[in-house]
Amino acid sequence: MDLSEINFAVLVASLIVASTPLVLAALGELIVEKSGVLNLGVEGMMIIGAVAGFIVGVETGSAYIGMMAAAVAGALLSLLFAFIILIMQANQVASGLALTIFGLGIAALMGHPYTGIKSPQISTISIPILNEIPILGTMFFQHDLIVYLSLISVLMIWYFLTRMRAGLILRSVGEDHDVAHSLGYRVITIRFLAITFGGAMAGVGGGYLSLVRVPQWTEGMTAGAGWIALALVVFSGWRPFRLLIGAYIFGGITILQLNLQAIGVNINIAVLSMAPYLATILALVLISMSRFRGNRGAPGCLGISFVKTV
Amino acid sequence: MKRVIKFLSASFLFAVMALSANLAISADYKVGFIYIGPPGDHGWNYQHDVGRKAVDEAFGGKVETVFQENVPESADAERVMTQMALAGADMIFATSFGYMDPVINVAKKFPKVKFEHATGYKTADNVSTYSARFYEGRSVVGHIGGKMTKSNTIGYVASFPIPEVVRGINSAYLAAKKANPNVEFKVIWIFTWYDPAKEADAAKTLISQGADVILQHVDSSAIMTVAEEAGVYAFGQASDMSAFGPNAHLTAIINGWAPYYVEKVKQGMAGTWKGGEQTFDGIGAGMVIIGDLNDKIPASVKKEAMAIRDGIASGTLHSFTGPINKQDGSPWLKAGETADVGTLLGMNFYVEGIEGDIPK
Repeated sequence: MDLSEINFAVLVASLIVASTPLVLAALGELIVEKSGVLNLGVEGMMIIGAVAGFIVGVETGSAYIGMMAAAVAGALLSLLFAFIILIMQANQVASGLALTIFGLGIAALMGHPYTGIKSPQISTISIPILNEIPILGTMFFQHDLIVYLSLISVLMIWYFLTRMRAGLILRSVGEDHDVAHSLGYRVITIRFLAITFGGAMAGVGGGYLSLVRVPQWTEGMTAGAGWIALALVVFSGWRPFRLLIGAYIFGGITILQLNLQAIGVNINIAVLSMAPYLATILALVLISMSRFRGNRGAPGCLGISFVKTV
Repeated sequence: MKRVIKFLSASFLFAVMALSANLAISADYKVGFIYIGPPGDHGWNYQHDVGRKAVDEAFGGKVETVFQENVPESADAERVMTQMALAGADMIFATSFGYMDPVINVAKKFPKVKFEHATGYKTADNVSTYSARFYEGRSVVGHIGGKMTKSNTIGYVASFPIPEVVRGINSAYLAAKKANPNVEFKVIWIFTWYDPAKEADAAKTLISQGADVILQHVDSSAIMTVAEEAGVYAFGQASDMSAFGPNAHLTAIINGWAPYYVEKVKQGMAGTWKGGEQTFDGIGAGMVIIGDLNDKIPASVKKEAMAIRDGIASGTLHSFTGPINKQDGSPWLKAGETADVGTLLGMNFYVEGIEGDIPK
């Protein structure tokens, strides 16, 4: 074993690529949860984004149009969820799970004719000057547009939630929807918008999988990424920057594991591969413990249906 | 309103169940296939489906085939095969290693149905197994890889640590080492047959560590796509994958199931089919086919590769010919000795020169 064989700059660069779908989907879910809605359908919205993005990408020959289609598809699916839980006031957990199952199924159906086809490529954009910095250049400044956008959205969402009036309104709706309602804010409308945004972000995350990271369409190719995204939101304590770091750690474990294997380190691969999923289960258990919720800055009305009183 | 919805959903479910029961087959002889992934993978499953279609064609309307894709290697496999048997299948081809115990269990329940299980080792009165000597193909690609690598580093993306995969690694390594004494292998186990994202990540990792030729024992074409992008070489697995990497694709080890499937169905119909048999064929029988060679391979290397292929086919050459030591240095084969089938089928050790451990 020779650690010097691992190219750490490339390792970091590829962990960023591996984590980007998680970052995108988790950011979307962060906004949804901040508005007081728990949407467990992230996996379903991601896969629908993956398949729609791929199909449109192949048909139009442009991966960027494909990414936009992925966003639209994710948003459309999330509208279904929004209708069920906001208008019909169904249970959010059950509806979210149903959304995942529905998304996986319909994606398999839509994608059937598209297995084994090549997708159009998204080229990497090297940022001039910065990309020539040794090591750091390779790590951070030779990526595709979507990676940069994911980083910018972390910044924008942080700014939105902490510095903008609209962000504060969104948070107040999530903290206590009755109070927000009595102050005259449109709880249902705001949640509708938040859910749609979450769907679009999950869709883009899925599209990134099928158009950039692999790039091809395969049934069930999200392989649990949506659940990890959900867990990340909890880990981060609903804070965008922590979420980014968490996502990179998750992606990092996977990539590091592969690197260690290639240089012949004798590690227990099964345990390492399992680690992100174990952490996910832990986080999902913690979500459901209300005491924990209060401590970590979870929205007060997370998962509770809003019934108009007056 | 609620009642109406309940009624509608119940009848929908019922309709779905009725439709799936419609798998019931009507021709004289009915053959079922179960696949671990989609036939659209352009790899392992695709070739099994090519074999299935060959059966369709060979017997015209006399034989009807059905297939089920994406069948997990779990209780689901038992359920699917039971369903097929209940729907009147006379013969079932289970085309992945992990179907082994489910096949044995279902075969007990349906003694009249004939089962063919790919790459396994458990048989019964109505269960035969078949496998291809893929390792013979690995000798050919190992040689080409050894000659084509400039960094002297060959990456290998492996699925599960089972004998079939270990055998492939050993065979490819021995051939590569013979072609290029400085060659080194880096193996990554990803514990799945089919996960394009993981396969792609593993290939990228190997390339970042200096591998310029990638071999794979996983099913998707993701690695070929990655190799093409990175400007390194790779080999098609199970099917020709040149469409995914016209520059990267040196050649492919293609699985030729069609002749075997047609023959076994013919035997089944004639009543001459026997259980408990273990077929293990290679290049000679056409079960392993070497694909077209990329023009990037120098003519001399092409010639050598073809000589290896033809030698193995005619039986003058064996992938495992001594002297070969095991990884720990203990002797395995004496000079001139060739490996016996038993050792090959249960192979759980690396040969000398490969670094790293086989995961337990």
